[in-house]
Amino acid sequence: MTHSLAIDVALLVLLLPLAAFVIQIFRGRQLPRGGDWVSITAIVLSLVGSCFIAREALSVRNPGWGYRWVFDWFTVGANHIQVGLLIDNVTAVMLVVVCGVSALVHVYSTSYMHGDPKYPRFFAYLSLFSFSMLGLVLSDNLLFLYCFWELVGLSSYFLIGFWSEKPAPADAAKKAFLTNRVGDVGFFLGIMILWTQLGTFGYHDVFAAVAAGKVTGSASLLGLVDVGWLTLAGVCLFCGAVGKSAQFPLHVWLPDAMEGPTPVSALIHAATMVAAGVYMVGRLYPLFTPEALIVIAYTGCITAFFAGTIAITATDIKRVLAYSTVSQLGYMVMGLGVGGYTAGLFHLMTHAWFKACLFLGSGSVIHSLHSQEMPEMGGLRKKMPWTFLTMLVATMALCGVPPLSGFFSKDAILAACLQFGLEHKRHLPLFFVAAAGAAITTFYMFRLIFLTFFGQPRDHHKYDHAHESPAGIVLPLVILAGLSVSAGWGGWFEEMVQKPSLASYAPASHAAAALAGHGVEHGDGGHHSSAHTIAMLASLLAVALGFGLSFLMYYKQAISADAMAERFPTVYRWLKNKYYIDEFYDALIVRPLLAFEEWLARFDLGVIDGIVNWIARATVVVSDIAGRIDFYIVDGLVNWFGDSVLDIGQQVRRIQMGRIQEYLVAAFALTLIFVLTLSLVY
Amino acid sequence: MGSYLLTLMIFVPLLGAIAVLCVPSREEKVLKTVAASAAAVPLALAVLLFMQFDRGSTAMQFVERAPWLPAFNIEYYIGVDGLSVPMVLLTALLSFICTLASWNIEKGLKGYMALFLLLETGMMGTFCALDFFLFYVFWEVMLLPMYFLIGIWGGPRREYAAIKFFLYTLAGSVLLFLGIIGLYFWTTPHTFDIVRLAEIGKTRPQEWNPPFQWLVFIAFYIAFAIKVPVFPFHTWLPDAHVEAPTAVSVILAGVLLKMGTYGILRFNYPIFPEAAQFLAIPMAVLAFINMVYGALVAMAQTDLKKLVAYSSISHMGFVMLGIAAATVPGNPGAAAAVNGGVLQMFNHGCVTAMLFLLVGVIYDRAHHRDIYGFGGLAQVMPTYTGFVTLAFFAALGLPGLSSFISEALVFIGSFQAFMTITILGTAAIVLGAAYMLWTLQRVFLGEVNAKYAALPDLSPREIFCLTPLAVIVVILGLYPSPVLDLMNPSLTHLLTFFW
Repeated sequence: MTHSLAIDVALLVLLLPLAAFVIQIFRGRQLPRGGDWVSITAIVLSLVGSCFIAREALSVRNPGWGYRWVFDWFTVGANHIQVGLLIDNVTAVMLVVVCGVSALVHVYSTSYMHGDPKYPRFFAYLSLFSFSMLGLVLSDNLLFLYCFWELVGLSSYFLIGFWSEKPAPADAAKKAFLTNRVGDVGFFLGIMILWTQLGTFGYHDVFAAVAAGKVTGSASLLGLVDVGWLTLAGVCLFCGAVGKSAQFPLHVWLPDAMEGPTPVSALIHAATMVAAGVYMVGRLYPLFTPEALIVIAYTGCITAFFAGTIAITATDIKRVLAYSTVSQLGYMVMGLGVGGYTAGLFHLMTHAWFKACLFLGSGSVIHSLHSQEMPEMGGLRKKMPWTFLTMLVATMALCGVPPLSGFFSKDAILAACLQFGLEHKRHLPLFFVAAAGAAITTFYMFRLIFLTFFGQPRDHHKYDHAHESPAGIVLPLVILAGLSVSAGWGGWFEEMVQKPSLASYAPASHAAAALAGHGVEHGDGGHHSSAHTIAMLASLLAVALGFGLSFLMYYKQAISADAMAERFPTVYRWLKNKYYIDEFYDALIVRPLLAFEEWLARFDLGVIDGIVNWIARATVVVSDIAGRIDFYIVDGLVNWFGDSVLDIGQQVRRIQMGRIQEYLVAAFALTLIFVLTLSLVY
Repeated sequence: MGSYLLTLMIFVPLLGAIAVLCVPSREEKVLKTVAASAAAVPLALAVLLFMQFDRGSTAMQFVERAPWLPAFNIEYYIGVDGLSVPMVLLTALLSFICTLASWNIEKGLKGYMALFLLLETGMMGTFCALDFFLFYVFWEVMLLPMYFLIGIWGGPRREYAAIKFFLYTLAGSVLLFLGIIGLYFWTTPHTFDIVRLAEIGKTRPQEWNPPFQWLVFIAFYIAFAIKVPVFPFHTWLPDAHVEAPTAVSVILAGVLLKMGTYGILRFNYPIFPEAAQFLAIPMAVLAFINMVYGALVAMAQTDLKKLVAYSSISHMGFVMLGIAAATVPGNPGAAAAVNGGVLQMFNHGCVTAMLFLLVGVIYDRAHHRDIYGFGGLAQVMPTYTGFVTLAFFAALGLPGLSSFISEALVFIGSFQAFMTITILGTAAIVLGAAYMLWTLQRVFLGEVNAKYAALPDLSPREIFCLTPLAVIVVILGLYPSPVLDLMNPSLTHLLTFFW
């Protein structure tokens, strides 16, 4: 494939969904079938293009394969701000994942959203999202990445709030956008630091400059600690990922985002957009310093564990999946943080398939039952066999049952954690937490399966009306289940996606110095067989434990879940209330902010404007006094003078000089006019 | 006609105003047509100017020069550079749109249109004048029509608002005038020539001795700060906006506020670069207060128009920050900051014009602007909601829409110069999103308010007014070069005053 062909294909992949969005937003209603076919055609063509690109990547299988295309966007001063596209192995895989899940969700939505009054609008937003996400994946520079980063946030806002006539989705959409904005500000600060230091946004130029040791110096934070600029930039950029990939402590928006239609949850809030943060960390990997990576690893670890625990007590099927997504994203982030570059991105890819499958499966259940509450489900496996089977497969993949895709990727992450822990003993707890998290994952996922599909129906009315979903819904499920099984096979991913070394970006003479300056290189756990074996055993043990416990509690009901809740009331309450983080934010940030802004508005009106009005009133009083002085004293004087003149005139007239009197009256009148004018002007 | 282009642009509206006065009041159609045509001519000329302007040059272009009052060295001296052309374009565009947006004025249409066109002459002249005395004359010419437009055609508290606006601006004008006279007598030979004064500022700044330099700089700064408006001189703005009729609000926020920042860049910086550099941090602090304070107070508003007014204060803070960062020596982002600042002037002009037009639309229909008094309008007025969504997201700086690029440039360019202020200032980005989305939700989402279930969607005239602005907002968001290239050489040249 020639360079220009590759770029043309990539541009087409990117712009087709945009074209579909424009058509849909302006003409959707007038088109037959609400124009769903416009969006579907666009995304399917994009998928074909993506496969075309990926096919070459697969046939070459060279970690260094890639194409880059850069052009000037605009110029300020002498700085040419550039944007461009980058195609490499990671991009190629991501393109297929994004277009693949998106195309399946498009097809699924034709059934799921059928009859919705805003049907054309829904497809318009799906196209907008696909465009933004593809742009995010293809960007070759930080500023461009940030643009698409915000645009996916916008489409997410529109899609979460799709049923905005109801208050909950509107609230959730707003919360999602604002929480993300907080993270994005961090992201933007990172961009600012790098630009100020290097004067460029391009990934390649930034890495080259970092490799050449051009980012120097450190910032003193509040005069307490000195942090190197590069570390600070890395942590700031990572803040963006914390927002978008719903990492602790900015994860609060994702569970609420489940107010959106289920296909949206599958596409945006499970498979693609939320993975953007992980993708970004992977994309910018060479510039993270070891210190920044530690921050990343621990953030991911905390997220993975604590979100998993919340999922245990959730009863809304979509919320269980949402917390599971947060937890899995935590795994990916942790994987990247401990140096498992390949592992983290691998899990991103496999997770996209099985989590999309799970969400679409849950959508199938919701579509049929008109309920999201697991306590109202039960025994559905006979009524919805396809949904059940596909969800079971995806669940097993998520838990890491061999030889499904999740087994390979999760195992790689655990191995990376262990490897890192063995190299740096004080970070060994990361591995144990990760392993415990794997057991928790299996526990709550099988709890979901048991509660939904096994046992006796708990709501007979709903059960009687349940039915298997139409082909438009089942077909995507089957395809995704197939991919959940097989996506990890063949070792192609590990071969294609390998950790980029910073040294490869350095000019030859700087390479050694840069390596020395960059400190300890994180090891890639995937290549160390002993760590791998232990990690695999640990992972299998975790699955067995989680499954066993889940089986006993929710299938055999040998252990009563309610009894457990009663025995540990505090734990249960904290989990059920999601560790009170929403309440914490509300009390510590939202309310004080609202109160402060109300106070400020009163200050503005009362004090600032008050001073202005006070000055005005004071001026009126002063001018009133001045007016009185003017009238009684100045004008009085004039009058007195005039009267005197008149008197004199009278007397002069007595001395028979008549004409002078008229002259004097005229002069007096003129004086009066003059004085009056003066007093009016001043 | 090339050489008389600016003169035509300035005085055609004045001729239009006279023509409007000659039309009998009952001939409303003729009145409207005359007014719209008189505003269309400068727009066409501005487009011509935009196309013919030499983007590579930093010199004044389209210069016209003739003695006016030779005894005092006062000249009719006009011309444009990369700083004024975007402002002239904005003025011409918004004035034309506003004559159309004013078609539903009911009382005294004739007087209204005449005053409006007179206002346009004042604005155009202000942006083109290169003689300080001439500048001051145009500056004052704007004041009177504005006063009457608010005071006669405004809302219930119009007299209070109009007088407040008038007195506040007049106070600034006095300082401005004193500064101008001071400069005139300080120079030998006495001059009002702005280009010459800037020449002195660049090559022989020692000619201004310190106390004089400080005094005049601060006098100018306060005069312009009132216009921007910079905290704490801003309280005339919400009152004036709330009372002013829609089109006047558009001009006020879209053009008049920019005169403040324009004045700082045209006079304060080139004439007194030393003082500007010395005062960079105080200016940045004020800019920061504008950004965050404006956003916070905007969040607390319940009147839609007041909210937009305070959002203007916040967004003009971005401009002030970018401008302040440009003076800091050794700031690698100085060019980005000043370009971002001026681009933000243009972008804010377009976006805020849209916002005020949109508020006007709902006020015309519902006769109130209480944010809590609506709900679910998205279902009632879909096209309207589409425009509002675009304008709101543009205002909160969404990439792909124009304001993003200018705000991003301001922040990137200011980071090195004022690190703490810039970092704290990013709070305005979050707060901006918060009040915009909050308003969007209150007014447009949720259940339909039965009272307003039958509101008609946008009329073709309203769509016609909004569409050009929407198109500009999108195009400049994707491709800002047409405007950036216009200003970049002149602004980069301005930076040489500081190094």
